[in-house]
Amino acid sequence: MKFLLFVLKRLLRLVLTVLIISTIIFFVIRVIPGDPALVIAGVDASEEEIDAVRARIGTDVPLGEQYVSWLGDIARFDFGESMISGESVNKLIYERFPLTITLAFMGIILGIVIAIPLGVLSAVKRWSFWDYFGMVFSQIGMAVPSFWLGIILLLLFAVRFPIFPLFGIGSLKHLILPAFSLGFARAAVILRLTRASMVEELSKEYVITARAKGLTETMVKYKHALRNALIPVVTITGIQFGYMLGGAIIIEQVFSLPGLGRLFLYGIYQRDFTLVQGGVIFIAVVFSLVNFLVDVLYSVINPRIRIS
Amino acid sequence: MNGSILEIKDLKISFGTGEKKASAVRGIDLDVMKGEIHSLVGESGSGKTVTSTCVMGLLPEPPAIIESGTIKYKDLELLSLTAEERRKTRGKEIAMVFQEPSKYLNPAMKVGEQITEMLRLHLGMNHSEALKRAIEILDLVGLGGNTRVLSSYPHELSGGMKQRVMIGIAICCNPSLLIADEPTTALDVTLQLQILKLIMKLRRKLGMGILFISHDLAVVHDISDRVSVIYAGRIVESGSRADIFESPRHPYTRLLLASIPDAAKRGRKLAAISGRVPDAEHFPPGCAFHPRCPLAEDGCSQAQPEMEKIREGHSAACFCLSKEWTE
Ligand SMILES: Nc1ncnc2c1ncn2[C@@H]1O[C@H](COP(=O)(O)OP(=O)(O)O)[C@@H](O)[C@H]1O
Ligand SMILES: [Mg+2]
Repeated sequence: MKFLLFVLKRLLRLVLTVLIISTIIFFVIRVIPGDPALVIAGVDASEEEIDAVRARIGTDVPLGEQYVSWLGDIARFDFGESMISGESVNKLIYERFPLTITLAFMGIILGIVIAIPLGVLSAVKRWSFWDYFGMVFSQIGMAVPSFWLGIILLLLFAVRFPIFPLFGIGSLKHLILPAFSLGFARAAVILRLTRASMVEELSKEYVITARAKGLTETMVKYKHALRNALIPVVTITGIQFGYMLGGAIIIEQVFSLPGLGRLFLYGIYQRDFTLVQGGVIFIAVVFSLVNFLVDVLYSVINPRIRIS
Repeated sequence: MNGSILEIKDLKISFGTGEKKASAVRGIDLDVMKGEIHSLVGESGSGKTVTSTCVMGLLPEPPAIIESGTIKYKDLELLSLTAEERRKTRGKEIAMVFQEPSKYLNPAMKVGEQITEMLRLHLGMNHSEALKRAIEILDLVGLGGNTRVLSSYPHELSGGMKQRVMIGIAICCNPSLLIADEPTTALDVTLQLQILKLIMKLRRKLGMGILFISHDLAVVHDISDRVSVIYAGRIVESGSRADIFESPRHPYTRLLLASIPDAAKRGRKLAAISGRVPDAEHFPPGCAFHPRCPLAEDGCSQAQPEMEKIREGHSAACFCLSKEWTE
């Protein structure tokens, strides 16, 4: 019952978020210079031809009217048709999304696989080689932009030592370098947090109790302290995953991957209003859903927070 | 000594070195007999927790340095055991209850698991045996008929229940020695009484020796067989409950007694001990209590008094034991 209320509340928040974002994106994209009708009609089109295109794509009616009818569409989960190609935006997103989400998933999993063990090790063996290694790793990870890392990785492991393909899709191998570029910076953040959280938990009183109970050091650290230390890590990882979607869009450019990022970027170049609007809202919804799932997960693993 | 399960001799523990050296424990002798409750009482900062942590083998070294002493548990010399041997005695043979149950219980682990993990580790029980035993333990600590406790997290329990759980964890492997470090200090008065009663009941049922630590003489009055008073890292007086409460000899013990609010003394002024407990970095020379002592003479700041036998089982460390005491 409580849970249902929680879900309802979050849904309402989601709807509000989408409403606000849709309003902003609708007007912003129309304020920036550029007219899709000009793109479609071509440079040597006559005034009449351009007007005809405007009528077809619906930019001839007053802004307010366009806005209301578009809101009506998205309320029915219909993002309309691309102004340029005439294809259904839903279909375009549906085709491109799997690649982007796979990339984001691989990125975050790589990040977790690197960061959590290294973070825990750094905390347990403070001021050891692994701790310094972790510190250097996270410093670099936070300083290096992922697109730059992507380019370097491409040059190294696709050009100089051709272990991985330079571009294209079709196998997991194509996604390793982009996922690593994406995951690296995330790993840095997760590592820092894991270390800090684990160090803090290890200094808590219940750890003394665990030792007083005669538990082995392994149990004390990895059963008692780690369980508590991971609680904030889950939240941060979830939030990182949300950002990952944004990061994926950039990385797709570097690796020429035909994901959502490519799609939306072309949409922006060509002033494809409907495509850009649909894309932004789609990302916002996915982002909110991820955050919602993180909150649910957080309340599952943290007994002190019960959803209310 | 016959029947003693814990025998601490000349234990000295310090922190740090050089200028900053803090001698927290300066030669303590203390023993606990089988099945007795021996209370260790002294103001905060006097070295009670350091002593008990050392007995548990949980003193972090460094910063702590055990300079001298022996700690005998039954026939084992604890300080010469390996870390792994000590771990195996912890929880199973020697258990400890801490001051603040809300901090000392794992917040992310169900109470049931916090009990059963010990049974499985130390006694090799399987899941269902451990569960069965855990239910018995809850019954023993007064949480019986409430099996929901097992699947609760600590924050879902009240302060009193948490301390009962803490005690349950400590006694679940039937230890011979229980160290209770201010187990009632964080609780309100009614709960304090309940926990004291529980500890006495458990001692009777399980026959374990208990080292009961408190900063408050009043708390230990009803439960102690013997009482030792600690000041600035040294035992200053030790005796049976009657010795300490009815014929105290050390000025510090007398002052501690006089500061207990008590119905019989109503109307009389409560004597607070003037001055503060010195910290371990700056103990006064000679008898550490002399700056606060109403009987102090010149000699008290020169030499350190040794424990002197007053009668069998009762001794005190003071140069002025023969002096008249007026309240
Ligand atoms: N980790 C430590 N480092 C330095 N000094 C300490 C440490 N732990 C305890 N002490 C000192 O030891 C003395 C006794 O402390 P403690 O045993 O906790 O007192 P009590 O439990 O009687 O209140 C105090 O003066 C304290 O400052
Ligand atoms: Mg203490």
